[in-house]
Amino acid sequence: MSPRFDKLGVVIAVIAAYAAFAAPFATFRANRIVPGQARSILEALPATTGPLLLAILVLAALVALFRTPLILRLAASVVALVALALLIGVAGTFLTPAGNTFARVSPASGFWILIFAFTLLLADVLTRLNLSPSARVGVLVVAALAIGLLLVSGRWDSLSILKEYSNRADSFWTEGSKHVTLALGSLLAAVIVGLPLGILCHRVESLRAGVLNVLNIIQTIPSIALFGLLIAPLGWVAIHVPGAAALGIRGIGTAPAFVALFLYSLLPVVANTVVGLAGVPRAANDAARGMGMTDRQRLIGVEFPLAFPVILTGIRIVLVQNIGLATIAALIGGGGFGVFVFQGVGQTAMDLVLLGAVPTVALAFAAAIILDAVIEMTATKRRVETA
Amino acid sequence: MKAWLPLLLRLALVVLLVAFITSPGLFEPLLKPLTENNAPAIYNQGSLLTLTLLHLRTVLIATVAATIVAVALAILVTRPAGAEFLPLSRSLVNIGQTFPPVAVLALAVPAVGFGEKPTLIALFLYGLLPIFENALTGLTTLPANVVEAARGAGMTGWQRLTKVELPLSAPIILGGIRLSVVISLATATIGSTVAARTLGEVIIAGLLSNNLAFILQGGLIVAALAVLIYDGLSAIERYAARRMGREAN
Repeated sequence: MSPRFDKLGVVIAVIAAYAAFAAPFATFRANRIVPGQARSILEALPATTGPLLLAILVLAALVALFRTPLILRLAASVVALVALALLIGVAGTFLTPAGNTFARVSPASGFWILIFAFTLLLADVLTRLNLSPSARVGVLVVAALAIGLLLVSGRWDSLSILKEYSNRADSFWTEGSKHVTLALGSLLAAVIVGLPLGILCHRVESLRAGVLNVLNIIQTIPSIALFGLLIAPLGWVAIHVPGAAALGIRGIGTAPAFVALFLYSLLPVVANTVVGLAGVPRAANDAARGMGMTDRQRLIGVEFPLAFPVILTGIRIVLVQNIGLATIAALIGGGGFGVFVFQGVGQTAMDLVLLGAVPTVALAFAAAIILDAVIEMTATKRRVETA
Repeated sequence: MKAWLPLLLRLALVVLLVAFITSPGLFEPLLKPLTENNAPAIYNQGSLLTLTLLHLRTVLIATVAATIVAVALAILVTRPAGAEFLPLSRSLVNIGQTFPPVAVLALAVPAVGFGEKPTLIALFLYGLLPIFENALTGLTTLPANVVEAARGAGMTGWQRLTKVELPLSAPIILGGIRLSVVISLATATIGSTVAARTLGEVIIAGLLSNNLAFILQGGLIVAALAVLIYDGLSAIERYAARRMGREAN
């Protein structure tokens, strides 16, 4: 009997073979902004380690290629990813000449494509395992801990992106906390304003179309323009309203970024509140009325819990979107990880761009997984309760 | 009266937009109060018309490419031969949407250099997701009896796809394209941070020289374009939905 191929495995094996044998594994540069020289896996790693990595990758790709048990595929993808993560650090140390502090080593396209290929395999396994929401969060925590451990252990310190980090360790954490504050703070403000507004739009039909249209139009204003347009009014407020400046309201900086993110966040919150409340079954409302509940009791005890998963979906959209948009705040002096992205673009120092972009993507990704899990949990709970 | 009022508003918006980008000088007195120290009120480092056309061209190229690839992929994973890819493609769409456009843009620069190319890549990747998601929804929620009837009528797989499944999914796919275009119109402005020639140039020039008039005109042109294109595509979508007897969402 001939062995059977896994269709996705064929795709992964082809991608991995190209990346391992034809694409550069690491880039070496004499300093941080000159063009780099490509190094293959065998050139980038010590004599025994290079062939070892190739052997691991070939084995993992073979596991992917054929129809193999899920647990084996899981093991193969995890082993390949861990080996790649550990050995890129080894390549960094190996390629940097001893005592040279200007030389930079960064992962090249081959490394990133290999990571992509085996993450694809891992994602496929995890999708097929059909994990429960809490198990998915568990996988996320394990992955985050593993990456954290690698960072703390110093195994990646020889890589260019971490050299950029060590030059800016303090500002990295200040900008990071600004980024998170901007994204979460504007979300909180949007929920505080958006929920009552959504409930109002649900109750008063004549308001609904008007409010949603205005919020829709705000969404069409490009983010950099909205950030810029708020500079003037907030500057005016800072000068003319007593006490505003003391609260940190200024024309440039965090204030316009916060207000812009807040405005963008309103539509998903309000729209999902309206949709969620409209989706409450008429029977549930009638039963509540029949029990003699007042409007307020009905809202808190019946409508709101039933609409909650839909509202939560709106909050997920907002949070992921805000984490991404907060990058733009850097253009108007609002801080956040965007500072590194735009500095890096300006200096054509791509590792600096990565220093800003990688944490942003990681934050957005983690937020999406966690909120998806919470949404699924509340939705199943609701189904169990109403069944 | 109610019926023609929205149409009139849209017509007025079109007239205003065309007038502004073809002869912005007419509007100078309106924008002048927003500038300080006698700064120019109308963008003077390039024609607004050219920038608008370049902006639209970038969005158009990216959207057409994204539509072709997304619909092709959605067709592939909904055929029996590609069914294995369906669950994974769903999770990938979910993951892909968490990538912020700025990050995609910035990460594309080392691969292809500055200019229009990284913007096209970012817009393409970002536009792919809503279209793919909607095409998938459209193709997987077809009324079973219609598909059965087509099969019973002896249609081949290809005939069923082109004569039944795609036309029936058209309104939902169009909805995805509409979303994608509106996101792309706004995201293209960020492309100017990596030297793409779009209307973002006007906004960034305004941010750099602290000129509110520039920021306002750049932002308003993009917003007006987005509102008009959104409306136009919604109308096409409603027309397609009526013809197919299927509600678009």
